[in-house]
Amino acid sequence: MTESRQAVTSDVDAMRREEHDLVVVGGGPAGLGAAQAAYDEGVDDIVILERDFELGGILQQCVHPGFGLEYFEEELTGPEYAQEFIENVAERGVDIRLDTMVLEVTHDRTVYAVNDEDGVTEIDAEKVILAMGCRERTRDALDIPGSRPAGIFTAGTAQRLINMEGKLPGEKAVILGSGDVGLIMARHMHLEGAEVEAVLEIMPYTGGITRNVVQCLEDFDIPLRTQQTITEIHGNDRVEGVTVQEVDDDFEPIPGTEYEIECDTVLLSVGLIPENELSVDAGVELHSVTGGPIVDETRETNVEDIYACGNVLHVHDVVDWVTEESMIAGRSAARSLQDRVETRKEPIEIESTAKLRYVVPDRISTIDPDREEIPLYMRVHAPMEDVFVTLSSGGEELTRTFERRAEPGEMVTLNVDSDTLAELPEPRLELDVVQREEA
Amino acid sequence: MGGDNRSARVSLGEYIMQSETDVLVVGGGVTGTAIARELSRYRLDVVLVEKSPDVCTGTSKSNTALIHAGFNADPDKQKGRLNVRGNELYHERIQHELDVPIEWRGALVVATDESERPKLEELLEKGQRNDVDGLEILEREALLEKEPHLTDDAVAALWAPTAGIVNPFELTVGFANNAVENGASVELEAEVTDITKTDDGFTVETAKGEIDAEIVINAAGLYADEVSKMVGVDDFEITPRRGEYYLYDKQFDIDIDTTIFPVPTEVTKGIVVTPTDEGNLLIGPNAQEIDDKRDKATTRQGLDKVLNGAQKTVPDLTKKDVIKEFAGLRPAIKETGDFRIQIEEEVPGFINAAGIQSPGLASAPATAELVVDLVEELRGDLEEDPAFDPNYSGPPKVRHMSHEERAGLIEEDARYGQIICRCETVTEGEIRDAINQPVPAQTVNAIKRRVRPGAGRCQGGFCGPRVIEILSEELDIPMTEVKLEEEGSELLTDEIKQPLLEKSHESSEVNADD
Repeated sequence: MTESRQAVTSDVDAMRREEHDLVVVGGGPAGLGAAQAAYDEGVDDIVILERDFELGGILQQCVHPGFGLEYFEEELTGPEYAQEFIENVAERGVDIRLDTMVLEVTHDRTVYAVNDEDGVTEIDAEKVILAMGCRERTRDALDIPGSRPAGIFTAGTAQRLINMEGKLPGEKAVILGSGDVGLIMARHMHLEGAEVEAVLEIMPYTGGITRNVVQCLEDFDIPLRTQQTITEIHGNDRVEGVTVQEVDDDFEPIPGTEYEIECDTVLLSVGLIPENELSVDAGVELHSVTGGPIVDETRETNVEDIYACGNVLHVHDVVDWVTEESMIAGRSAARSLQDRVETRKEPIEIESTAKLRYVVPDRISTIDPDREEIPLYMRVHAPMEDVFVTLSSGGEELTRTFERRAEPGEMVTLNVDSDTLAELPEPRLELDVVQREEA
Repeated sequence: MGGDNRSARVSLGEYIMQSETDVLVVGGGVTGTAIARELSRYRLDVVLVEKSPDVCTGTSKSNTALIHAGFNADPDKQKGRLNVRGNELYHERIQHELDVPIEWRGALVVATDESERPKLEELLEKGQRNDVDGLEILEREALLEKEPHLTDDAVAALWAPTAGIVNPFELTVGFANNAVENGASVELEAEVTDITKTDDGFTVETAKGEIDAEIVINAAGLYADEVSKMVGVDDFEITPRRGEYYLYDKQFDIDIDTTIFPVPTEVTKGIVVTPTDEGNLLIGPNAQEIDDKRDKATTRQGLDKVLNGAQKTVPDLTKKDVIKEFAGLRPAIKETGDFRIQIEEEVPGFINAAGIQSPGLASAPATAELVVDLVEELRGDLEEDPAFDPNYSGPPKVRHMSHEERAGLIEEDARYGQIICRCETVTEGEIRDAINQPVPAQTVNAIKRRVRPGAGRCQGGFCGPRVIEILSEELDIPMTEVKLEEEGSELLTDEIKQPLLEKSHESSEVNADD
């Protein structure tokens, strides 16, 4: 074994070398949208590198409906939504490489990818769009003590097992976390014949969108217990049960409130983390709240010619916004390749009050004559009712939008006219949230 | 030894392959496998029996993964002498023979108050008496230069350059595979249920049938007292002492280069902060005596103690970037606090290698050497097997290769181009290699121990289903029978949607033809 390995290591010519205008890392909804938009803007040398055996990313395992209401104005399942874009990129002749994992993206846009047909390919790219999506937080990231038996899955893994592999991960489940994936999986486990004992949520409110609470839990009488969490997992070989406790306002378990639930499965839907290991190695700076890159309005990161969009940038609640955002990235990368945009002498910084958890983008740094408006994406910290989101500069209000209910789980969008930006009192935009009465 | 012969030497069947052997080793932890390998150097028939579906499932899989230098070893105790000799053997032989990650990072014992300085002097002196090389006291400035994340309270430290870190899974598997390559047999899922003394040795009953052995070596770890009782040696008891740990992500902003100990007290060695061979950071363990030998649950109190203890030397540590928490059980003999490696005089032919708590991993090669001496004492001089080959190498580690090396390897074998585990970049080739090793990986955790899929930050979220699929394919069992670790740890409960999935596969094949 040792000899053969040494023999091949001396063979340095085994690596393929290529050059392309645009390399898109990831063929989920973000990568597909970006590639399509870049092509439509006039770039035809595009490669999508996808690590799975098919395009579409996590949409392929989301067989439930509810996708596309914004973008297509009709209700589609995940695979149907994905299929539209898969066909679009295929029609455009985009070079698609499946089962291909990107190993490294360098600061100067050399992309190393591996698959079993081509081996390792070194691609010199003019532009790179990062669209790797996100991964799920695990039991360990939550620091839940107890044993480590079989039967603990993240909700997305369970979803894949059920929908792609046709295997049920358990028969009696407790779901921790009421994010959308958790809510959908509660319904899904129930429909597949498993018992769902409860959905537990450490916050006083659900992390998912209202539609899912109604359609996935209430319609099936699955109890949602807020301000409760799992404080211990039991069972040596297979999960046998969990200890649940109520938590106080600081999320600390309240002594004396412990109770046990018997179950053979724990599904975790406790947050998604943008997958930025490649980005960090490329020198991309990350945002402390989103966990994704800090980008300007074109979705360009601090590393020149490297862009990011979709869930690798910030976790979206609805795929339609991923599409909108990735099209901004694809279009912008294309226009930049064609020298159609001008860099501002001084970027416009976007700032927000403490009522907002985060805003994407972080700044506006280009002037693009083809662009009429710039959408700002943001999330509130806690649920609020009857509020205006206002945008000002130097104390002068520029625009506002009304939200009857603003929830942390649902992204708020505010569009800014390009014309407005031409005459700002200072190179700064300020976002605020105000109650209707005050306003 | 030919490949065919090798594979025949590990029994996965329902019954034990042979009815008699010269030496039977009970227990496939690092101690048992090191002993089996050392015995395979000689013209001896050696069989190792292990109750679990894999080797390295007990104490050997959950510990601090250290090759202690031996400065704190008590020369009056067996464990003290074996630690020092074990460290030597890792340096002189093991690291060259087995393709197992061992790094000599060195250890620091950090005093955080002037009042602890005399203890450092004491350890220095003790270490020098034990012939530990290179010991010196480092003052604050040199210390902080070496480890910038150390607490500002650090005043001085004992520096032991010969301390090392090792991958305990690969080590144990390496010992076992090398033993099999050299003619030993490994019987998995063969729990010993009874031992009867006979005229010329023992009849050992296992879950897979009976086997006669001239000599029985008990390396059953946590269960060593129970195995020993089967031959009537019942004057010791194993008390499980639980230690809990936190493991951090590789991409973690606190870089620690060496193994950091606080100054030990009468009660405890303190919480260790150490890098692992894969570049993670590991902190732990606490120590708590428990009753149940299977209870490897972590506890809130225990984990909090671990973090607080680690913050004593590295205050920047938090729970952020923790990717795994786990507990391990040390098999301690409380009365002596020492190993018990000896021929039991009242039962000639029965050798106990029991009570192997810390520094058991560091001592393993020396323990094996000592046990071979004991076997020689019983049987007379052992004849060396000229065919013995001490060298072993596992599957290629594609994640550690340069892009060029990787390209070359994939050209030879395309399976190394298919990435299954994204976090650790483990390829399909490595996973299939692990399943086809002399001692095969038959469970999800067995694969993880050998080649790491699921050991990264997503803890198997993405690759879990694929690994189950590959295991099901290679072992020719349904996916619902694939286990995480022991019997009863099957991961999936039911087949569903089969007609639908078949239909969708058919239609995707049609699409592919379009």
